Amino acid sequence: MKAALLAIALAAIACNAAAQEHMHAIHDNTVHSLVRMDRLEAFDADRGTGQAWKARAWIGTDTDKLWLRSEGERVGGDTQASDLEALYGRPIARWWDVLLGVRHDFGPGPSRDFAAIGVTGVAPGKIELEATAYIGSSGHAQARIEADYDALLTNRLVLQPMLELGFNGEDDPVRHLGSGLSTMETGLRLRYEIDRRFAPYIGIVYERAYGDTAAFRRSAGEGASDTRIVAGVRFWF
Amino acid sequence: MSFDLPYRGALAQPSRRRFVQGLAAGGAIAGLGLWPRATWALQSAGLPTVLTGTEFDLRIGETPMNFTGRARTAITVNDSLPAPLLRWREGTTVNLRVSNALPRGSMHGEQTSIHWHGIVLPANMDGVPGISFDGIGRGETYQYRFDVRQAGTYWYHSHSAFQEQVGLYGPLIIDPMAPEPFAFDRDYVVMLTDWTDLDPAALFARLKKMPGYDNYGKRTVADFFRDARREGLHATLEDRAMWGGMRMTPTDLSDVNAHTYTYLLNGTTSLGNWTGLFRSGEKVRLRFINGASMTHFDVRIPGLKMTVVAADGQYVHPVTVDEFRIATAETFDVIVEPSGQDAYTIFAQDMGRTGFVSGTLAVREGLRAPVPEVDARAVLSMADMGHGGTAHEMPSMPDMPDMPGMDHGSMDHGSMDHATPLSHPDSESHNPFVDMQATSLSARLDDPGIGLRDNGRTVLSYGMLHSAFDDPDGREPNREIELHLTGHMERYAWGFNGEKFSQAQALRMTYGERLRIVLVNDTMMTHPIHLHGMWSDLEDEQGAFQVRKHTIDMPPGTRRSYRVRADALGRWAYHCHLLFHMESGMMREVKVEA
Repeated sequence: MKAALLAIALAAIACNAAAQEHMHAIHDNTVHSLVRMDRLEAFDADRGTGQAWKARAWIGTDTDKLWLRSEGERVGGDTQASDLEALYGRPIARWWDVLLGVRHDFGPGPSRDFAAIGVTGVAPGKIELEATAYIGSSGHAQARIEADYDALLTNRLVLQPMLELGFNGEDDPVRHLGSGLSTMETGLRLRYEIDRRFAPYIGIVYERAYGDTAAFRRSAGEGASDTRIVAGVRFWF
Repeated sequence: MSFDLPYRGALAQPSRRRFVQGLAAGGAIAGLGLWPRATWALQSAGLPTVLTGTEFDLRIGETPMNFTGRARTAITVNDSLPAPLLRWREGTTVNLRVSNALPRGSMHGEQTSIHWHGIVLPANMDGVPGISFDGIGRGETYQYRFDVRQAGTYWYHSHSAFQEQVGLYGPLIIDPMAPEPFAFDRDYVVMLTDWTDLDPAALFARLKKMPGYDNYGKRTVADFFRDARREGLHATLEDRAMWGGMRMTPTDLSDVNAHTYTYLLNGTTSLGNWTGLFRSGEKVRLRFINGASMTHFDVRIPGLKMTVVAADGQYVHPVTVDEFRIATAETFDVIVEPSGQDAYTIFAQDMGRTGFVSGTLAVREGLRAPVPEVDARAVLSMADMGHGGTAHEMPSMPDMPDMPGMDHGSMDHGSMDHATPLSHPDSESHNPFVDMQATSLSARLDDPGIGLRDNGRTVLSYGMLHSAFDDPDGREPNREIELHLTGHMERYAWGFNGEKFSQAQALRMTYGERLRIVLVNDTMMTHPIHLHGMWSDLEDEQGAFQVRKHTIDMPPGTRRSYRVRADALGRWAYHCHLLFHMESGMMREVKVEA
């Protein structure tokens, strides 16, 4: 499925490029790319220290893009949860791109695949927003919404509040996920853009589980909530 | 007419390589003591090589340049940046043999071209690859040959890839057959350009990744509290909600600014201090040419009045000002009469107020006058963008193209008269590449422009420019073409009517017809729009002929119209002259057919 999506995206890009033949050569349909590590951080949490990342990348033209997204974290040397998404993206409205593709979850437990459909864009107030719905191979449904906002203390010192909500269609005891609103993560990161491309940051993140998710965690001897001090870098190229 | 010493001096050593002068512009390098002073102490940097007559051999190649302390490869004509000043005579036939001496694998492409900006000529001489001709391949020579049927100050530049950004531009002066309607003792070209050490392809890629990269003037939390104190919390919240709703930044005046660019005056930096000499009481003609890729300059010479006598090469009724804004590709000829001071600073700051370049008019080499501070940064208002005069009016959404019921009545700014409610082309509706549509517009010909209003100086506006001749055609336009300038700041995509060059059909004109082009700016940027091969005869707000130009600057929120006589058969380029806007798609082909 992933390979097929990739092929579709690349074919669309090639198609558009071919249409430019026999015309004045300008760059209005050329392929560009972005790789952005939104977060690459070390954290100190109630349950130990670890590392986490959130990365976004795209390649393509104005109209057809292949997106790669990945998030994950490691605690005490073990990868706790991580995923990789491959998505075809296309602008559908002034501030929104629709994304269609697959997500692969790596541990803990057996790996898992989901079909993904979502939007990414900018909400009123210049709030960056990603909302994605997932359907697993066994019919298991999930949804994620992430929003963040850049508050400019100066033109280099930026305070970024963020909020992420996770939803589940049904209980998933293997991954300690309950149905309904399962997790809420909110954070505040303060970065300094030494360069537009490179910014170290510090921050604080509060995560909380709800409903059965909280119950699963408590039965595993974990708390339902977690507070982290984070320090990391944000960069793109 | 006599020409000044520096021209003859430059002519005496035509082979002098420009990278030498580029270093002279870098004070730090000269200060290291490595510099053979004797070679540059005689005259200032930035004096053009002048080629005159009817036969020209121009060789396009790579030349190392250093404007910032770092050596970079420029694309040059005869190793000169700017390219040599070409001096033609009206009524002659010029032969220009342009050879491509670019090395294999040149980073700016192996193909090249020269476009003669503003010159009326046959379509196959216009120099746009893929439209006028096939371009000039490596090792090839293209012979341009055409009759010179006009006079004035123009320029020429590459129309291939990003070569214009890396140095391929030069001044072009055509001496008239008839005496000029003004007198002067000295004659200088002042060519303003923008240089970057970046590969322009990398700069373009950066704009696609992060369009706001260069904007270090965004409003901060502290600005919010300051505005709340001054304007009240409610008004400030409303203002931020408006801009937030549009996902726009009111300090986005230019996409690329002095954080990236080093501005050049006649191919030298402020350190190089290009100097034009005068004797007290003389009349000095300055031919300003904006050869920049992405920069509008605001130009003044503190202590001197400037009398504008020509715009885009064409005579205008003289108008005396303290300052003017010059869009990319425009030219203004001004006469100044320096006396009473030994030196005056020619000061050109970018429209976004991030930097400047300066030169000097002086009675001898080596003098300088005080250089002013860059003005305070301007902040766009909703009114500037054609969204009415108050923060209470929401901009129109592209999904609702026509909003006739909106209130347009509250624009009290003097320059905002004759607002016209408008409709938008269907191709803008539901178009993810159209981030804004103006709701009320006027020509704003009397507006000096954002950042220049009420600054205590007399600033040139289009409304002050009147051709020194009547409408050369005289017919009323037989039809009207309306085009909307559109774009998306965040996607960094630009076009006309929501369509990019590669998506759009050619505009068709019938040979001989007189038509009207109406431009509507549906973006927050200022776009200088250039039609090749034919004049753009700007109309006043009553629709009468006002001034003949080749490039019409379109500030945000304006609707301006001009007449075109389709008297040039063939295929022509029509585009925004901001290089990266054109390259992103703000371009159309025009076909004039019998």
